[in-house]
Amino acid sequence: MRLLNWLIAPLLALLSLTPAGAETIRVAVTTSFHNSGLADVLLPAIRADLGLDVRLLVVGTGQALKLGEQGDVDAILVHSRAAEEAFVAQGFGTHRREIMYNDFVLIGPREDPAGIASAQSAAEALAHIAAAGAPFVSRGDESGTHKKERVLWQAAGIDPTAAGPWYREAGAGMGATLNTAAGMGAYTLSDRASWLNFGNKGDLALLYAGDPALFNQYSLIPVSPARHPHVRSDLVARLETWLTGPRARALIDGYRIGGEQLFTFNAQPE
Amino acid sequence: MDGFAAGLWQAWKLVFTFDPDLYEIVFLSLRVTMSAVIIASLIGLPLGAWLVIKRFRARRFTIALLNALMGLPPVVVGLAVYMLLSRSGPLGVLGLLFTPTAMIIAQVIIITPLIASIAHQTMRDLWAEYHDLLLSMNASRAQRIAAILWDGRRALLTAMLAGFGRGIGEVGAIMIVGGNIDHVTRVLTTAIALETGKGNFAFAMGLGLILIALSLSVNLAIHWISRTERASVW
Amino acid sequence: MSASAPTPAPAPVASTRPILPLRLRQAEARRRGKRLVGPVDLELGREGFTIVMGPNGAGKTTLLRLMHGLERLAAGEIRWAVPVREARMRQAYVFQTPIMMRRSVVDSIAYPLRLRGMGRAEARARAARWAERVGLGAVLERPAPVLSGGEKQKLSLARALIARPEILFLDEPCASLDGRAMREIETLLLEARESGTRIVMATHDMGQACRLASDVVFLYGGRVHERGPAEAFFKAPRTAEAAAFLKGDIVE
Repeated sequence: MRLLNWLIAPLLALLSLTPAGAETIRVAVTTSFHNSGLADVLLPAIRADLGLDVRLLVVGTGQALKLGEQGDVDAILVHSRAAEEAFVAQGFGTHRREIMYNDFVLIGPREDPAGIASAQSAAEALAHIAAAGAPFVSRGDESGTHKKERVLWQAAGIDPTAAGPWYREAGAGMGATLNTAAGMGAYTLSDRASWLNFGNKGDLALLYAGDPALFNQYSLIPVSPARHPHVRSDLVARLETWLTGPRARALIDGYRIGGEQLFTFNAQPE
Repeated sequence: MDGFAAGLWQAWKLVFTFDPDLYEIVFLSLRVTMSAVIIASLIGLPLGAWLVIKRFRARRFTIALLNALMGLPPVVVGLAVYMLLSRSGPLGVLGLLFTPTAMIIAQVIIITPLIASIAHQTMRDLWAEYHDLLLSMNASRAQRIAAILWDGRRALLTAMLAGFGRGIGEVGAIMIVGGNIDHVTRVLTTAIALETGKGNFAFAMGLGLILIALSLSVNLAIHWISRTERASVW
Repeated sequence: MSASAPTPAPAPVASTRPILPLRLRQAEARRRGKRLVGPVDLELGREGFTIVMGPNGAGKTTLLRLMHGLERLAAGEIRWAVPVREARMRQAYVFQTPIMMRRSVVDSIAYPLRLRGMGRAEARARAARWAERVGLGAVLERPAPVLSGGEKQKLSLARALIARPEILFLDEPCASLDGRAMREIETLLLEARESGTRIVMATHDMGQACRLASDVVFLYGGRVHERGPAEAFFKAPRTAEAAAFLKGDIVE
């Protein structure tokens, strides 16, 4: 029995541990938001101001919406307008509150074989890539970034999935997709924050940015208590007030990576 | 090799600056997987022994099923457990999703077939040897199971360590049911996945090296304990 | 290491009724439809040292296993003087190849007592006394699987006798032992018989049979060919096959 006692006694002690009991809510956020590092600035401030422990589930937009539908999170913070509006319309969320935006950028090999750096619009840049048949890695994961990318291809009048082997779907998060692009010497669409925080740039460079079509609006959607009575709507309301208030404005607009501002606060007062 | 050296340096820095986040993550990894191994052993070891001793119609099928379950992708297990524990799932009211408990449940499902199957294989040989003796001594079914479990304990410990190895390195299931929430459900493997995704390869590699060191220490510790046993009893 | 604690078995029935005599009537053992032993009619009385002899393949082992309940009875009947469940608890068996559990000598010998629900300390104390008796007192804590062949068989004997069986079956226990170990085993068997244990032993060894037997069962082709007091059997076998076997003409 001695052997078993050795193993079991400490484990029972481990099992009986429970996490600290502060007020907590769960918010599903997108990988790109989390990769920006902004959460590391906002969460401690929220905890200090509201005494609220916000637990982030970092997932793709598709999974974030699903978690909201199932009632497994109290709110979602995503950036895919059409999907968000559908989510609210179907009654899964109470409303959609715009918080801030950042922008997408086109990344590619430094020597830019498709010559997109001189393009006049995002659509034109993509058209160059397609025309050159240069490899392009898509997130391919139904994320907000992936959806944005599809809208841009549509604007360029190209169906990349039918266009040829140069278009690859990674089926992965932003970081992994950037890794793939770095490995293949391919183009890809990334949010600016993920790109700036990405540690394995290799031969990749930011080649095109600035088209308003590339702006990326983040919104908070509280999960509907009508659907899921257990969600902490009261706490989400406090979070929403804070996120749209002056303290959040200062932190969001003031957040810099490598001297660059990433996000622009644009919440409208109620 | 440069990345590897950078990984070693990161691991070294993390361990010896006593980074509290690291220790939290390591502790949770151990807590989740060791709990899962204990529970899986309490199910899997007697199950393996029972499959050796009891002849019944579905026995062959059960064994085949166990072997098939060993190959189950953790992601599928994670998804299944997620659907069970989701607020919209049958066990949603328990509120277990995105907690370490949910991670333990998923790992128990992943590890149990492995432990039961290895246990079954080792105990099958032992049972072939003991069969006549135990029958001659009128050992009850429970006593027979106890005898082959106890006498096969060293091999069974190996089965448990195999289960530990599978659990501690598993990421697919615990990512889904745990959610990789910082300070709540983040463990070594999910942290590695996260850092890799951000392109922080050196940091991820550092965590990976710590994971290997951890796994190695647990294995050595268990073998050391079992050798102490041998000295005092054998 | 009390994790091996067996769940308590029902306490031995304190019956004063002896389990013998044992009666076999038209008893048969088969494997895959092929008759290995039988039909056998045989009665074993309360006392004695029965040697089961016969050429290889005559069915000695199968007959012993059949009586002990390790082989399924395909036809006929086997009756003890008490219900079979009770009889099973009061007999023991020593195999030709000793089966050693992965335990120390003392824990191996104590095991039958532990199965009957006896506490660990007492069972081990009794086992230690038995180990002493069979000459294993110096190796109590040695792992049983590393013992020599003779030591293993002595352990088997102590393990078989510790629960004081009324009848002890032995299947060629000395088949692979040297002369000295064989003599030691024989002495232990004679002591067991002195203290009232009924013994039924299969053997090949004519000399051993002569030294030990009170009566002989001669098996031939799966049937009891001849049965009688040892002295008469060895001096003047009644059948030609037994005579040939004693002369060494029939081995297979």
